[in-house]
Amino acid sequence: MNTIKANKVLFKNGETINIRNGERLQVDVVVLDGKIDRVGHIEEKNFAGKVLDVKDHLIVPGLMDMHVHFREPGREDEETIETGCAAAMAGGITAVCTMPNTDPPCDTQEIVRFIKKRAEAELVDVFPIACITKKREGKEISEIADLVRAGAVALSDDGNTVIDNAVMRRALEYASMYEVPVIDHCEDPALSAGGQINEGIMSTRLGLLGNPDISEAIIIARDLALAEFTGGHIHIAHLSTAKGVELVRRGKEMGIKVTCEVTPHHLALTETALSSFDTNLKMAPPLRTAMDVEALLIGLRDGTVDAIASDHAPHAIEEKDVEFDAAPFGILGLETMLGIILTRVVRTEALRLHEALYKMTMAPREVLRMPLPQIKKGEPANLTIFNPESQWKVDKKMLKSRSRNMPYDGWKLHGRVFAVCNKGLIHHVD
Amino acid sequence: MKLKVKATIIDEEGLQRTVARLAMEIIERNQGVDKIAIVGVRTRGAFIAERIVARLCETEGKKVPLGILDITLYRDDFRNRLKQPIVQITDIPFEIDNINVILVDDVLFTGRTSRAALDALMDFGRPASIQLAVLVDRGHRELPIHADYVGKNIPTSIGEEVQVRLKEIDKEDCVLLVEAPKETK
Amino acid sequence: MPLQSRHLLGLEGVSAEEITLILETAASFKEILRRPIPKVPTLRHQTIVNLFFEPSTRTRISFELAEKRLSADSISFATATSSVTKGETLKDTVRNIEAMKIDMVVVRHQASGVPVFLTQCIDAAIINAGDGMHEHPTQGLLDMMTMREKFGRLKGLKVAIVGDIAHSRVAGSNMHGLKTMGAEVMVCGPKTLIPRNIQELGVEVSCSVDDAIAWADVLNVLRIQLERQQAGLFPSVREYHAEFGINKARLQRAKKEITIMHPGPINRGIELESDLADADCSLILEQVTNGVAVRMAVLYLLSGNEEGMAEG
Repeated sequence: MNTIKANKVLFKNGETINIRNGERLQVDVVVLDGKIDRVGHIEEKNFAGKVLDVKDHLIVPGLMDMHVHFREPGREDEETIETGCAAAMAGGITAVCTMPNTDPPCDTQEIVRFIKKRAEAELVDVFPIACITKKREGKEISEIADLVRAGAVALSDDGNTVIDNAVMRRALEYASMYEVPVIDHCEDPALSAGGQINEGIMSTRLGLLGNPDISEAIIIARDLALAEFTGGHIHIAHLSTAKGVELVRRGKEMGIKVTCEVTPHHLALTETALSSFDTNLKMAPPLRTAMDVEALLIGLRDGTVDAIASDHAPHAIEEKDVEFDAAPFGILGLETMLGIILTRVVRTEALRLHEALYKMTMAPREVLRMPLPQIKKGEPANLTIFNPESQWKVDKKMLKSRSRNMPYDGWKLHGRVFAVCNKGLIHHVD
Repeated sequence: MKLKVKATIIDEEGLQRTVARLAMEIIERNQGVDKIAIVGVRTRGAFIAERIVARLCETEGKKVPLGILDITLYRDDFRNRLKQPIVQITDIPFEIDNINVILVDDVLFTGRTSRAALDALMDFGRPASIQLAVLVDRGHRELPIHADYVGKNIPTSIGEEVQVRLKEIDKEDCVLLVEAPKETK
Repeated sequence: MPLQSRHLLGLEGVSAEEITLILETAASFKEILRRPIPKVPTLRHQTIVNLFFEPSTRTRISFELAEKRLSADSISFATATSSVTKGETLKDTVRNIEAMKIDMVVVRHQASGVPVFLTQCIDAAIINAGDGMHEHPTQGLLDMMTMREKFGRLKGLKVAIVGDIAHSRVAGSNMHGLKTMGAEVMVCGPKTLIPRNIQELGVEVSCSVDDAIAWADVLNVLRIQLERQQAGLFPSVREYHAEFGINKARLQRAKKEITIMHPGPINRGIELESDLADADCSLILEQVTNGVAVRMAVLYLLSGNEEGMAEG
């Protein structure tokens, strides 16, 4: 892989896909000084710049992952903004939203600016999400206006649920003035206390404390009530249960401003994978049952579930290579999101290709009120180019992320990424 | 596995006669059966011991204690074996202190089984003496062990094997000389 | 048929043939314990480390005795004396111990899954001596050995496990082992101490001790951990004893013979009335004796050399 200036490049023999109706079109695309210069049939011999043959590849608007953890500032040994962006590019993703559970947490405009500054030279757009409450303590709301003006695109205390109903109410009210969603990690800490995996047959068999699905559902129900009451926008992070899907569906029917996302691992894996006590399968919310997966897929199809996001959560090897109870929650996801979705969701015909792409391009931007990059003359070139058919094998050792905590080593996935293009740069396979 | 039989060394009648002779020799040497006990080594030694005890009772009209010894746990080939053999019960329901114990086995070969049996017996007490009775002695000793009562001496080559077959488990009574199976290690 | 695994991590997935082999081998070993010299030279070539990261008296002594009866060299290692308290990871601790050339590790740990984790860290054979709330396979085996001795069979035997099912590794191993051997299993206790989905393991559930007594041939009574009361899982020890304690009056009302077992240590007067623990119907001390025999059997069967196991 190498990164070059997006200065006079012709992507020859590609194909675009309409993410609303799946219509595909053979095209060549010329990128000139970071902008799309021409789309259509372009003769190679009349072209003076670099030519990249992208036969059998799709050219789509740059993918966005609205839920990632880059550990900068605080745990740069696990991930930095630079390595996180490298992982994003490898996964075909040109925009990410970083969660605020850094150290110190992203609860001041200085931290928001710091993150934006560190990401300035990167091809990937890094949009910080700031804390709902100061220090993510759930007590006092942060200086939301300041944070939004500094560049925060949403608010979340990710990892922590805002338990105090009054605080959550004020946060939704206040955030609605600045039109940013409040993203909640929905887990009742008392019901989930000590929970290592989903409460079910696996927690019984393995003797691990269970985290019941109602822990998520109860908080979603509360959030919906507060969103309805305040008129604020609530976004449910990493929805994992059938009960949660049903609640969000009803909330949407009632006209509540609610959106939600689901992760690739909650679609590709169930709790039964845990029989070997693999700490790479330990995450919050936990892997659930096949019935929950089915409900999430139905939710994706009928529009209840808006977006797909990875919840990319790097952890140091020495922290994961311990007894199950002692391991931190989290799993890498940026580099495998597209592959997992194409392989485990599209090829199984749970979603059609354009629907899946919608969930990873348009949907997160709708949640965050951002425009979708257009593949049109004169627009900034923000593109992901990948071959949906060709297979690749996940190799832990080859990851761009600084961490290795993922259970997909050796998996064969479809959708090899050829190039990403954004901010005047092209990053492509040699 | 089908093994090639080279010769029948002892047939059914011969086996009966041999057991009877072994019993007689035991009585002679110990001047009766008052201070003796018979201990057979599993698997076939135990059945031969049972038959000897029956003969002794018949001849002398007295009960002779019978014990069964499993020597698995005393074997010396633990470190180069593939899997653990089944351990069966050892049953010596009498005190062996100060009596003459006659250890019974089917075939005496390298002497290693007898060595293991001697060690095992010692863990049960301090007998006045231990004597060894075998149905067949085929030679090739690797340890300084000698049988006190031998049913039959059969010189063999290392490529051969002596098989004692008993009605209790093999449905027939005889002793065969067979070609040894290929080493399966 | 030999054991399928080099390790004993739990009874889930262990076949009826394997369990039978262990129980029959244990019966042979029990005889050794009655000999004038109750020791055999079998495991002279084996070095065994007992890693106890959680306090335990009887299981540790039982394993140590089993190792000594088989002539293995063994060393015990308890949390207070280990380097774990100095902040070393579990993986480093066990790899350091293994570097001293050991053959088997017997491990007890408060976290579920530690024995499985150790199989990924080191080459030695691992024997689970109780991990968190997961399994305690040698306890399950000795319980089955004791029942088999008394009843001559396990198939069709009705066993009720009474107490804190949700947090008990003894219950876990008993359920898996007994189900595999064809016994019928009922779990009985307050609803707050029984996992919601336990029926999926093929066991009956009852919240009435009297019903369990009426149904069962054997009551396996579990120790109630007093910290569960502090966690709010039952209101008071007094009420637990009144509702779920096993006592003579209850048994007399049932008008039938019933066998009582307990993995120990007993909270006398809480889950089990004191007289009953010492009554004729109690097999509690027999369980302790069988514990040594079962552990000898497991050590013996797992001590076959590795190359052989790899081939077979």
